[in-house]
Amino acid sequence: MTVPGVDTSIVLPDDPSFGPEVQIDYPGYRSTRLRAPKSPLVTLPEEFHAIDGPVFGDLPIGELDHDLTRQFAGEPLGERIVVSGRVLDEDGRPLRNTLVEVWQANAAGRYHHQVDQHPAPLDPNFAGAGRCLTDDDGNYRFVTVKPGAYPWGNHENAWRPAHIHFSVFGRAFTQRLVTQMYFPGDPLFPFDPIFNSVRDPKSRELMVSTFDLSQTQPEWALAFTWDIVLGRGAAATPFEEDA
Amino acid sequence: MTLPKTPSQTVGPYYTIGLSPWSRNELASPADPGALRLHGQLLDGERQPVGDGLVEAWDRVGRRWGRSGTDADGRFSFVVVKPDGSGGEAPRLDVFVFARGLLRHQLTRIYFPGEPANDTDPVLSALSEDERSTLVAEPEDGALRFDIHLQGDDQTVFFAH
Repeated sequence: MTVPGVDTSIVLPDDPSFGPEVQIDYPGYRSTRLRAPKSPLVTLPEEFHAIDGPVFGDLPIGELDHDLTRQFAGEPLGERIVVSGRVLDEDGRPLRNTLVEVWQANAAGRYHHQVDQHPAPLDPNFAGAGRCLTDDDGNYRFVTVKPGAYPWGNHENAWRPAHIHFSVFGRAFTQRLVTQMYFPGDPLFPFDPIFNSVRDPKSRELMVSTFDLSQTQPEWALAFTWDIVLGRGAAATPFEEDA
Repeated sequence: MTLPKTPSQTVGPYYTIGLSPWSRNELASPADPGALRLHGQLLDGERQPVGDGLVEAWDRVGRRWGRSGTDADGRFSFVVVKPDGSGGEAPRLDVFVFARGLLRHQLTRIYFPGEPANDTDPVLSALSEDERSTLVAEPEDGALRFDIHLQGDDQTVFFAH
């Protein structure tokens, strides 16, 4: 992405050679400077990538844990939205019964967190956390309000595009993924170092949800869909349940 | 058909909203006769504490998992039992580290001190002495200590994943 007027010390030019990998020492994201490891990563034997990870099928998930709009006596302010999609592996196979955790700012762009003190209102009816397990087809579904954009101290007049944080486990230990889901057409995309730390523009699009009229609820909620694709874990991982 | 993978993004400074409701740092009951406290600090390139990090630990043999956020001093802690070794591998925990400023989580391992199998473990024994020392916990007052250095001369070994 080259946008006139964008400081290239904040947002580096596109580089499709990165593919889906994020550049972990991205200079425009200030917090990486003292935190991104500098030594080369050590390669593990291939079989390590096949080891199973934790399974959370026994977690006591409440029936409203997927609905961020019904966790308090009143309803939160903002645009009510349904966010749904599937969790898949690279071969397109659904990852069933896997834990999906989300967290987000409220409609005003404020997190229910003591560290976030920027001058936007908290919403007494919104904590911004949800969780669910995927169903047999790998589907997840949340009901929430659209989060607002918010300023952060990374550089002068820095704003994060609206996003929802996602944490997913998958099946193999190394399928673990923490990422952020964005909303289509956000005008802040060209200016955000975190979004642009994925330097391949096609891969960035994989973090952007799609407005989906078919999932909207008339008179009630807009809808966005977003599929999450996890690595294989290992090429040879058997998926006996799919046999 | 191969689908393109969804890229990683940082866990950010507010992860406790979504990930701490199920914070459980006990991979074993403290009442277990083999229970050990395992604790340490997550430190940045200036050896300052990372106060908004998250450490997840997995014992693949015993199928025990836990996560611990770091406090203002960068401290995390777990209750663990030493996992069994397996197939020539020394007992270990597989560990992911998350933090603001880490655009992707980092993978490391915690090995246990004084284990004869440490000398023959295929991963540990392939490392230099200095590298190896970053992956083996140290006994400390009846507990185990394992600091994680994200950068620096004594950077913890991280693995590709």
